[in-house]
Amino acid sequence: MCVTCGCASGETRVEGVDPDHVHTHGDGTTHSHSHALDHTHDHGPDAWQRAAVAAGAAASEGSQARLVQVERDILAKNDALAQHNRDWLAERGIFTLNLVSSPGSGKTTLLVRTIEQLAGRLGVAVIEGDQQTSVDAERIRATGAPALQINTGRGCHLDAAMVQTALGRLAPSEESVLMIENVGNLVCPAGFDLGETHKVLVLSVTEGEDKPLKYPDMFHAASLMLLNKVDLLPHLTFDVERCLANARRVNPAIEVIPVSATSGQGMDDWLDWLERGAHAARQQRPDRVATQHRRLVELEAEVARLRSQ
Amino acid sequence: MHEMSLAESVREIVDETARTNGARRVAAVRLEIGRLAQVEIDAMRFAFEVVTRGSLAEAARLEIVETDGSAWCMRCANTVAIARRGDACPECASYQLQVTGGDRMRVMDIEVA
Repeated sequence: MCVTCGCASGETRVEGVDPDHVHTHGDGTTHSHSHALDHTHDHGPDAWQRAAVAAGAAASEGSQARLVQVERDILAKNDALAQHNRDWLAERGIFTLNLVSSPGSGKTTLLVRTIEQLAGRLGVAVIEGDQQTSVDAERIRATGAPALQINTGRGCHLDAAMVQTALGRLAPSEESVLMIENVGNLVCPAGFDLGETHKVLVLSVTEGEDKPLKYPDMFHAASLMLLNKVDLLPHLTFDVERCLANARRVNPAIEVIPVSATSGQGMDDWLDWLERGAHAARQQRPDRVATQHRRLVELEAEVARLRSQ
Repeated sequence: MHEMSLAESVREIVDETARTNGARRVAAVRLEIGRLAQVEIDAMRFAFEVVTRGSLAEAARLEIVETDGSAWCMRCANTVAIARRGDACPECASYQLQVTGGDRMRVMDIEVA
């Protein structure tokens, strides 16, 4: 299922089901995923000898060896799918956040609290990513918001293909907020665009102020850092100013909001940030004519590509 | 990180290019890997060897060109070379740097027969 993470192929489950057998999107388009690891193995020495002989023979015959330009980025496939997701979400005016953090930062509790306080103000849908269990999705559903669980098996991050499948199944409402809670991991998700509007990094004050320097890629990729569990500060030696300085050293443009899901501190600032973002997503929603024109151009390019093969 | 899955992606790109060009065999593959791309070169070589067994690129020579990380320094308005994210500007020692290059991995070209 995962187009870039071979170690998880065949193990991804969306709501408990292998998504390779579920291909329909909300807009009616279909596609299928095939596992990349289906080549044959031939480990015996014979295979190497045959290859070496063939290579030697080709070289001695003055083979028509030629150079073919490629210049393709390795993550191009994930990036293309992510852009497809981004366009799909932008057309519907959906403000989308990719929530990243270490395990235990308080992401899910913060999400639950956020959804409760947004009730009546903004619609929220959630895509949950974990290796196993649907515990988090169930906690979200208990608030009344729709949630879809992706289990990655041994996979360590969500990718654009998983999110594409999830969007088709979840069908978030137009002009709502979509929260994608990534697998708890400050390393791998940094490299995998999902199509989100922003990455939001949740750092708990119990994790230490050096985290931004230890995980620079993730802090660089985030637009906003929620410094969580500030109600615990009186019990810790956590240096807030040093943490902010470290974060800004790695990412000069990062915004920071100190919050506590349990005490409620900072929640108003966080909710205002959300409201502003959701408003911008509504305002920037492309009109239908422009959207259809873009789709037409995409289809024409696809037809031309298929014809040339 | 993820060298095996990255190698799978390389193999897919190489196979597709070779097929499109009617090649029977891939003799060499040239990759460009930025120093900020977080790719372990040795792990990449090992993974490439493993995933190309049984493909058109089996026993292909793997050439890896490492490119420097580059960043725009907002303080001294220079594009500078950096080895790691979080490094200071080599010109003015500021940390206000925006990465501009060297954080991607690309298949540059392949030699086919």
